[in-house]
Amino acid sequence: MIEARGLARTFTGKHGTVEAVRGVDLSVAPGEIVGFLGPNGAGKTTTLRMLTTLLAPTAGTATVAGHDLRADPGEVRRRIGYVAQGGGTDPSIPAGEELDLQARLYGVDGRAERIAKLCARLELEGLQERPCAALSGGQRRRLDIALGLVHRPPLLFLDEPTTGLDPQSRGNLWEHIRSMRAEDGTTVFLTTHYLDEADALCDRLLIIDQGRIVAAGTPAELKRRVAGDVVTLELADPAGAAPAREALSRHPSVREAVVAAGVVRLTVEDGERQLMGLVRALDSAGVELASLNLARPTLDDVFLTVTGRSLRDAA
Amino acid sequence: MSLGRTAADTRLVFGRYLRQTLRSKVAVVFGAVQPLLYLVLFGPLLSRLVDVRGFGAGNAWQVFVPGVLIQLGLFGAGFVGFGLIGDLRSGVVERMRVTPVSRTALLLGRVLRDTAVVAFQAVMLVAVGLALGLRAPAGGIAVGLLFVVSLSVAVASLSYVLAMATRSEDAFAPLLSAVTLPLMLLSGILLPMSLAPGWLDVVSRCTPFRYVVDATRAAFLGDYATAAVAEGALVAAVLLVVSVWLGARRFRAENA
Repeated sequence: MIEARGLARTFTGKHGTVEAVRGVDLSVAPGEIVGFLGPNGAGKTTTLRMLTTLLAPTAGTATVAGHDLRADPGEVRRRIGYVAQGGGTDPSIPAGEELDLQARLYGVDGRAERIAKLCARLELEGLQERPCAALSGGQRRRLDIALGLVHRPPLLFLDEPTTGLDPQSRGNLWEHIRSMRAEDGTTVFLTTHYLDEADALCDRLLIIDQGRIVAAGTPAELKRRVAGDVVTLELADPAGAAPAREALSRHPSVREAVVAAGVVRLTVEDGERQLMGLVRALDSAGVELASLNLARPTLDDVFLTVTGRSLRDAA
Repeated sequence: MSLGRTAADTRLVFGRYLRQTLRSKVAVVFGAVQPLLYLVLFGPLLSRLVDVRGFGAGNAWQVFVPGVLIQLGLFGAGFVGFGLIGDLRSGVVERMRVTPVSRTALLLGRVLRDTAVVAFQAVMLVAVGLALGLRAPAGGIAVGLLFVVSLSVAVASLSYVLAMATRSEDAFAPLLSAVTLPLMLLSGILLPMSLAPGWLDVVSRCTPFRYVVDATRAAFLGDYATAAVAEGALVAAVLLVVSVWLGARRFRAENA
């Protein structure tokens, strides 16, 4: 659905030249939900604006929705939807009028039915007469998405879709994005700087930092790249700490075992699968457990590993 | 992009912005208030000056109403860039640019709306002028309105170019008045440039609106077959073509 090679954009301004995007390669398959994750200023929006024909790349090539970005921007535009970070509605214009104009601009057949169906799906019924300024944040965001979907594009770009929404609206929006893919097979390419969003919503992630893609994979794959999972074992009897440690250290998945005050902390590869084996090893050593905890690395740990900085600090 | 597509898209964009205007009828009326005030509160002073040498032929209103009409074209269309800056900020421009809509239509649809508003206000202005004592041939008034319309197409296009280039009210507003105020003063809108000392007259002849104002005044006197009207028509036509070309080029630029 998207094939980009060496996509780059340089801005020349008063304060010299800024390389916002420095050669991005990316592939997105039909039906995927791909997240573009990175701190503010990493080049997410610039990449998105290039892929949506809004900004000419200074270098590189891309095929988007089957058409070359440079040679055939008109055909690309017909096949993509784009929802900008700040939306794109006039506060004084009624929501229904914006939808109608958008459908006309794309030359959608059966406008009225299409708009009615979209409004039903995105919970916008009864709001069409209202000026966009009178909609809540969540409603306006859903209207923006309806505007991006009015021509049934096979590929939808979302720039920071849930920034500024309350937690409930965010969850609600994630549901809508998933259902778009489930019902229409819409491919979704979204940017986010929220780790939980990337984790919960995306099939695959591209991590971008300082204009370059520094890591790519499913959220699980990316996390597996980090040192390992942390397993914390609390023992029923602190005296069992030494035999416990000895039994666990012999287990092939354990990289490191630390004992402190009746608690054993293990760094384990692929902890979820190894947990049973660890418990059995303790059992055969005759050590009784009080509690057991498995902590998986977060995407923030991933970001820390690949860039040397925490995403929270970088953002 | 085919001509038919551009025309259809222009109609869509025009419709959107016209509806937006009609939603704020008050703004349309108040937009005409300033030139009306000139007419009512300043115009009567001129009737005392008719006999001053160089003021020009005809009754004072035949000199003054054309000036106020051109002023309306200049200021009414000059400020339209603010609307574009608002749309740039709200993301409306980007939302439309990501659709296959003709880029030229995004300019022309807006410009046509602005011109329709100015034309409506100009007709209002002439009606008030007639009530105050303006006497001019119907053909002359029609020619004058034509000048106003072509001027607003040109000025609105240039206003959008300037708005696209500055992208913020803070930069656009001072630049706009820096350009429009001297152009207005030098065009002889308020008092005919025939009253001006030699050097001012020369400077004035270097600005485009001077010719359009003179031509409109000649038309209001019924002197159609004059050099003034021909010069005015030529300047207005060149201004129109160059401005729309600049505007279209700017709107078609990929990262505008």
